[in-house]
Amino acid sequence: MIEARKARVATVSLAGCFGCHMAILDIDERLIELMKLVDFDRSPLTDKKTFTNRCDIGIIEGGCCNEENVHVLRDFRRNCDVLIAIGQCAIMGGLPAMRNAIMHSDAPLRECLEEAYITGKYIRNTTHNIPNDPALPLMLDEVYPCSDVVEIDYQIPGCAPEGDIIFETLTRLLAGKFHGFSSDSIKFD
Amino acid sequence: MSDPDFTFTIDGKTIAGKPGQTIMEAADEAGVYIPRLCDHEGLRHQGGCRICTVKAEGRSVAACTQPAAAGVVVESETDHINKLRRDLVEMLFHEGNHLCPICEASGNCELQAMAYRLDMTAPTKFPFLEPCRELDASHPDIALDTNRCISCGRCIRASQDIDQKGIFGYVGRGIHRRVAVNGNNLAGTDADIADNAVSADVCPVGCIIRKGVGFATPIGEREFDQGMIGTDIEGKRRD
Repeated sequence: MIEARKARVATVSLAGCFGCHMAILDIDERLIELMKLVDFDRSPLTDKKTFTNRCDIGIIEGGCCNEENVHVLRDFRRNCDVLIAIGQCAIMGGLPAMRNAIMHSDAPLRECLEEAYITGKYIRNTTHNIPNDPALPLMLDEVYPCSDVVEIDYQIPGCAPEGDIIFETLTRLLAGKFHGFSSDSIKFD
Repeated sequence: MSDPDFTFTIDGKTIAGKPGQTIMEAADEAGVYIPRLCDHEGLRHQGGCRICTVKAEGRSVAACTQPAAAGVVVESETDHINKLRRDLVEMLFHEGNHLCPICEASGNCELQAMAYRLDMTAPTKFPFLEPCRELDASHPDIALDTNRCISCGRCIRASQDIDQKGIFGYVGRGIHRRVAVNGNNLAGTDADIADNAVSADVCPVGCIIRKGVGFATPIGEREFDQGMIGTDIEGKRRD
């Protein structure tokens, strides 16, 4: 017999600004309704850093800009039945992907980092170094959408998606009644 | 003696046509919206973007240039044609750098609005070309970011035909064909903020930027936040 339990949800912010997690909070008082349906496992909302259980739904904010993002995303794919990418960064790279257009060779990356950490007009970096601590994850050559790294089941567009569309999508998925978005609810900004 | 008026059908709806009208002109008058990007009211038709592709008697034609004729059976809002339109819009997103979250045209952008209308929620598996084109901010009132240009040519036609200036033109061939200014940069031309070619409506995307007014209307209250693209034309329909 299938055990009756709440759906388990994990969330993570990769190369994102945390805005999509703020948008999850924009569900407002309906969070109480949602919490009757789900338990949060690994998530910044619970401060759990690792999976304690296999999850039904994994929610990914942000794309992949470094090797740690890729590692975490693969971990989510292994531990979640359904992966949902929320927001433009997770779907197509978003703001961090602005660097892709200047990343066709190595020299522009150096220029970009030098301007950000050394030569930029408004920089106060007393070490005059580009951060290179071994603990820092290695930057990828480009910023990748999540669907380039693992299989993604659903994508909720928006920057950030409104609380309404997140709530609607989650509750419909949980009820097995999700059949895509209506045209007037799609927004990329 | 001039030819008499006639009727034809789009998706089974009877449309009144006048001699010399294109399928799109007749459809607009009748309140039937056919999606388009390179066509703009007041400018000569170009038939470049092919978003307005319809089937007339089974043949794919650009509705903005194909003359309407008596009794023609036109198909427009079918799954097959809308899939073709969505493919075209998706490829435009892959060809340039269309990052809606950082673009000041977001909400007023016809490319974005067309993606909404055609239910595009995520990019395709095509590679992003990610061009690296120079920003031209030389002019005191106008800036150009051709990373966002979709080569619709609306600014070219507006500048040539309405402003009688010819500030913009195409350069290059094939996939390298791009819109460029007639000079070293925009400041080197006689472009003026009062030109029709740089007015807010002519550039469908965020390529021609009017300086100093970018966020006068906040995101969320802009043209296509109020309603889907084409609803103004569809609102004229009386049945």
